Amino acid sequence: MIRFDAVTKRYPDGTVAVDELDLEAASGRITVLVGPSGCGKTTSLRMVNRMIEPTSGTIWLDDQDTATLPTHELRRKIGYVIQHAGLFPHRTIVDNVATVPFLLGTDKKQARRTAMELLERVGLPEHFAKRYPAQLSGGQQQRVGVARALAADPPVMLMDEPFSAVDPVVREQLQDEFLRLQQELGKTIVFVTHDIDEAIKLGDQVAVLRVGGRLAQLATPAELLSRPVDAFVAAFVGRDRGYRALGFADAGTLSTRDEPTVVLGAPIPTGTDGDSWLLAVDGAGAPQGWLDLGADFRGHDTVTDELLYRGGTLATQGSTLRAALDACLSSPSGRGVVIDEGGALIGTTTSREILDLIEAHEPERQT
Amino acid sequence: MIGDVFTWLTDWSHWTDTRFDTGIITQLLAHIRFCAMALAIAMVIALPLGLFIGHTNRGRWLVGAANALRALPTVGVLVLLTVIISPQFQGRTDTGFLIPTVIVLVLLAVPPILANTFAGVQNVDPGVRDAASGMGMTGPQVLFRVELPISLPLIFSGVRSAALQLIATATVASYLPLGGLGRFIYDGLAQQDYPQMIGGGVLVAALALLTDLVLSTVQRYVVSRGITGRYSTKQVGAPDPRLAVVTEAEGARA
Repeated sequence: MIRFDAVTKRYPDGTVAVDELDLEAASGRITVLVGPSGCGKTTSLRMVNRMIEPTSGTIWLDDQDTATLPTHELRRKIGYVIQHAGLFPHRTIVDNVATVPFLLGTDKKQARRTAMELLERVGLPEHFAKRYPAQLSGGQQQRVGVARALAADPPVMLMDEPFSAVDPVVREQLQDEFLRLQQELGKTIVFVTHDIDEAIKLGDQVAVLRVGGRLAQLATPAELLSRPVDAFVAAFVGRDRGYRALGFADAGTLSTRDEPTVVLGAPIPTGTDGDSWLLAVDGAGAPQGWLDLGADFRGHDTVTDELLYRGGTLATQGSTLRAALDACLSSPSGRGVVIDEGGALIGTTTSREILDLIEAHEPERQT
Repeated sequence: MIGDVFTWLTDWSHWTDTRFDTGIITQLLAHIRFCAMALAIAMVIALPLGLFIGHTNRGRWLVGAANALRALPTVGVLVLLTVIISPQFQGRTDTGFLIPTVIVLVLLAVPPILANTFAGVQNVDPGVRDAASGMGMTGPQVLFRVELPISLPLIFSGVRSAALQLIATATVASYLPLGGLGRFIYDGLAQQDYPQMIGGGVLVAALALLTDLVLSTVQRYVVSRGITGRYSTKQVGAPDPRLAVVTEAEGARA
């Protein structure tokens, strides 16, 4: 647990970066600090490991006042991940990861062995260990940054916009893997971002800070979307709140209808029975896309990849109302495709049915 | 003319000492001795100072002041110092001439080493420095385990340029009654023995090139491959097809 107790940071020129912040980051949870530039989110984070010293107030790490420890000892107990990873360019990847164990005087062999395990954990193949940071892509470097922060198995991790310098696709992968990792490890994490979507995706609780370093709202992501406390938070949380809130609403088990399918490589069926869209699946039964039977197939005898409309998203059975609704809305046939965990087709559902579920869900959200 | 210079250089009698003349080998060693002394002293002064100023960002004016030293006319300072210092040393030793020479050379070598060391430490990526102290390195650990290894290429280039300058300038020692390769240049000029004069110059240039080669070889082995970018071919080439497959899969993921 990390607890901010009336913590203030005032600079000599009178600027107040953080103003009387009271906040508790629960053990084993991800607490996200989010807000516009100049809201003091990074300052707050950096005061935890005393990269910045608070002007007044106390930050507690469990039952210990962080101000009572020598800074380097305090920092070795806290994992630290920053925006561009900040890897040491002159050290190999494995030695970068083993930095803190080396500092703590762990046996070099042992430290490297642990580092190798961590590399595997963050999804980097073994032969990366002997490479240097400059040989890695931004996303790979950031994985190393996370592994390095985990190396001494600290109970607490501070992450300062760790995923904001990589492209959106890689960012989403890193976020997903980060959540998976956190499920295994259960660290107490304080995470800073300026991206409200990232905050909502990753946070167990989200602290919205306003410029001047004051806490505007501390809430779970679902609560933040459904009940922002004031105009500032509402504006910051942004548009599509209602839709995004569905991302926290469990859809339960969707009732589906069987969908006629055609297997890739099979002859193109002729004669439409009123409906022109046919779902194509591969040999394993995984949906591949929709075939428009009304289209012109000259030059083709069998169902091939290039004939398919692939714009539709897939909803996994047991996922959220948002995913289910999106599958319906994005499907050209209007029928949302539902798959099981293994990716195989279960059946289809319609937006009308999902809307009924949302209606039914509504009162629950209001309470 | 070039032939004459070549003849002078390849005449073995010019390389060894005779009763009347000091040979090339002896003068070469004397030349190396001045330069090595001056370089060693300059490094002892400039390296710690540059590291300290770069790490703490305090006393930056010293770097500027040292650079201003470069404006001093070497021969003028040499004469001045000799007039002041050499009367203190009477007798058959050449200490009275050696000290002013080395001082002048040190003044010449300090600025490039100091400026490059300072710039090297200053230029370390702030994110790297932040990560280093954020993970719990103490100040000296950040300096010696992170900032120094990363600044090595710049530090080396400072030392190399100082060494080149020293070797070229150490010829002024022969302006005083001291040895060194400058002896051939000054004597050749005075005796209008131009092959000897140019031969001396060629020797200085050769020594400078050789020294740079030695230093660059040392640099190759001291600076981390992660900084120079000379990664071992074993990992980059990936001739093992299995390895290549993994690399592609990883590339697709990230």
